[in-house]
Order: sequence, then structure tokens, then C-alpha cells
Amino acid sequence: MTRKFIAVLSAGVLAATIGSALAQQAAKVDPAVVDTYIKGTFSKAPADWQARIVPDDTQRICSDIRDPSIPADVAKKIMDAATASIVYPDDGKVIGDWKKGQQLAQRGTGGQFSDQPGRPIGGNCYACHQLSPGEVSFGTLGPSLTAYGRNRKYKPEDAKAAYAKIYNAQAVQACSNMPRFGHNKFLSIEQIKDLTAYLFDPESPVNK
Amino acid sequence: MLHRKKTMGWKREEAVKRKWRSLVGSLALSALVLSVAAGNAAAQQPDAEKEIERYRAMISDPFSNPAFLNVDRGEILWKTARGTKNASLEQCDLGEGPGKLEGAFAKLPRYFKDADRVMDLEQRLHWCMQNLQGLDTADVVKRRFGGPGRTSDMEDLVAFIANKSSGMKFAVKLEHAKEKESYAVGEAMFFRRGGQWDFSCATCHAEDNKRIRLQGLPNLAKPGKQVQDTMGSWPTYRVSQSQLRTMQHRLWDCYRQMRWPQPDYLADGLTALTMYLNKNAEGATITVPSIKR
Repeated sequence: MTRKFIAVLSAGVLAATIGSALAQQAAKVDPAVVDTYIKGTFSKAPADWQARIVPDDTQRICSDIRDPSIPADVAKKIMDAATASIVYPDDGKVIGDWKKGQQLAQRGTGGQFSDQPGRPIGGNCYACHQLSPGEVSFGTLGPSLTAYGRNRKYKPEDAKAAYAKIYNAQAVQACSNMPRFGHNKFLSIEQIKDLTAYLFDPESPVNK
Repeated sequence: MLHRKKTMGWKREEAVKRKWRSLVGSLALSALVLSVAAGNAAAQQPDAEKEIERYRAMISDPFSNPAFLNVDRGEILWKTARGTKNASLEQCDLGEGPGKLEGAFAKLPRYFKDADRVMDLEQRLHWCMQNLQGLDTADVVKRRFGGPGRTSDMEDLVAFIANKSSGMKFAVKLEHAKEKESYAVGEAMFFRRGGQWDFSCATCHAEDNKRIRLQGLPNLAKPGKQVQDTMGSWPTYRVSQSQLRTMQHRLWDCYRQMRWPQPDYLADGLTALTMYLNKNAEGATITVPSIKR
């Protein structure tokens, strides 16, 4: 009884603490008002496009928590759900074709309202990450992934973890800035395998 | 010196555009030379950034900025009688009183009693076109973003009016309840994650010293120099697009790259974001129209 009571109490304190921290950060506004504005801002978009910005639980929590330090229980919930969402290849082989992976890493098209349907898409990895040392045009929003596989001695379990990270980055870090490429059905299992190969194939320029 | 007036014929305009296109070309070439010349990415990074900085400084010359053609066209549009009421926009109240242009842009977005709405400059111009001029704005909205062989009345008018606040400082007020609401919604929208890539504005613009590819990303989530420099330099002439662009276009383009749906032109949510950004940029010196990549 007492233990249960303490648990409820501490959950309440935690919620109150998060609540006041958010109140200090953000200007006060009814979430329903925000939703109304957002609806009005994209009112002329096709229905399937409008559906893309109806937030799921993870997006909603991550939108509200602006501090990178996420309460441990909230983070666990997000990471557990993300881990459960990952679909691995049927044969368990997570390494595809690094050359195709390189194209996907370079290409920044796909998913934009200006993109022609049916055109090749990419993961746009270089926008945020350094990968091959030969590519000088890379962003710094994410960490450098140069020599990623080599640094991990090409261990199969690390390759599997990289596949999982690309599939749903929030399995590794709650509210990560990285798109959930597999979970959001943007990249296919094959494409994620090719990107994993770009990181883990010893022949990939990432490891040269 | 940003207030100079200049009238150019279209041939001159084309010549100026050609000049900038060739400059962009030479930058691309020098970037290529740079990347071939150096072997080590880490070592050459500062050089590449310096080169981009040098290019930026080179193009920020107001005396050859094609955006001043937009300023001139905007002035003509402001004074031209149109619509069923055959009226010009000269009696349009941009917040400082009918026809008063000096400093009006520095205080936008703001609440307008006659419309009972918070409006940015483009929303307000649109309101004046409809209510003051009785203008059917379908064509104006259709040409909201200029392109090859197609000028935009809105881009021209914004260039003209914003230029009248050049040298002044941003000072949006959050007094009216609807102004406060607009700011709070803008902030919430800035951090709102969504779409196929889970992106919010904050994904790229809430940290210092980050880059996308080689492009530096300003931190717009906290008051200070970065957000001031950014907001104080719009509208701007985008060399890569050969067009003057407004904040409505910039936000439209951001949502495109964020993999969100296409936002409606003149939507209140875009004004809310502008309110949030301009408030963060409080005290920024406005230097417009500027010129950028």
C-alpha cells in the first residue's frame, strides 16, 4: 500500500516538475489553439499530406519537451515503443549494397511537396553527417560517422544496431533529431540495408 | 545608402542578373577547385567556410543588388489606382496610420483593429487590396512568388515597404491578447515535430554552430545576434533563385524541406512564426532588401 502510494506520489511530483519546467520555457497557449492554427496553415494541402502532420505520441511528447534532458521514464517509453517498431529483414542479413547506400546518402530528394512522384529518393545523410572522408560537403547536425564500421571492427551486432538506428533512431535516443526512416515508411528495408552497408562494408569509402 | 533610388530598364535588369549568375558559377568552380586541391576534409573545412564568407561579403553590395528593381516596381504599385474602387494603396494603414510607411515594417506583425486580426505585411497588403481597392486578388495571389518572366506584386510591394524601415530596429509589440496568442502559437509551431522526417523548425535552428552540408544554420530559438542577423535581412534577393523573396516564401521553402505539406499563402500560422522570430530578433537593425546566396 505504502509503496504504491509513494509511487503515485512521486509520479505526481514528476509530472508537476515537468509541467512547471515547461511553463517557464514556453509561452502559455492552449494546445487546441495551436492545432487550429496548424490546420488553418495547411488547409489547402491534399488530405494524405495533411494526415502526415497529425502527430503521433512520440512527436507530440518530443514537441513539448524542448529540453534535451528527457525524464528517464518518458524516454524509456519512447525508446521501448521505437524498439518494438523495428522490422528486420526476413533472412536477418542487414548489410546490402554499399554503392546503392552511397547514392542514398548523397541524395536529398523525396518527400518534399516539390518532388515529382516516382523520382528517386534519398536519405540525405550528408546534410547532417560526415561519412566518406572524400566528401567535404557534409553537415554537423549529427555526429561524424567516418570509419563507422572499421571503428567497430565490423562486428555483426553493431551492424544490426546501425540498421535499427536508421530504421527508428528513437530506439537508441528518445526525441533524437534523426528521422525515423523505416518507421515512417520513408525508406524501405532494402534501402536501409544499403545504408547499413555504406557504414559497414569494408569496401565502402566511409571505411577507407 | 540603402535608400537610393534607381530606375533600370529590363535589359539592364537582365544584365545584372547575368552578372550574379556568373558569380554563382565562379563560386561553384572555386569550391570545386578547393575540394579537388585539398585531400583532408577536416583540414580544409575552415578554408571552405572562409570562401563562402568571402562570397557573401562580395555579393552584399547594395549598389548592384537587383532587389532595388523590386523596390522601384513596388513604389509604382503602391501609387497605382486599381480595383473596383479605382484606388491606390496610398491610404493603406500598415499600423502607423494611413499611408505612413516609415518604420511600419519594423513593428509587424501586429494587431489591426479594423480586421480584428494579427497580420504580417503581406496579409495587411492583401487586406488593403481587397478593402481599399476592391481588387480581385486572385491574380496577385497566383503570382505570389515571382519566377522567370513573372513578377510578383507582393514581392515588389514588400521590398518597397520594408526598405522604408531600413536602418531601423525591429520592435514588435506583444500588447494585444491576439498578439500574445500569435507569439505563443508561433513558438509552439517552431518546436512542433511532424511529417515523414519528424522535423520541426527547431531540428535545424535551435543550436549554435551547426551546419547543413556546408551551409551554416542560425540559432533562431534564442534572442541574440544570430536571429537578429537573419530576420533583419529579409526580404532578400536570392541569387540562386534570381528573385527577391519575402519571409512568406522563406517559411514556405522551410516547410518544403522539412517534408511538411505546402503551407497556404497568407496563413495565420506563418504570421505566428514570423511574430515569434521577429520578437526573438528584437533590436535587430533592418538592412533590406539584402542579397544572399
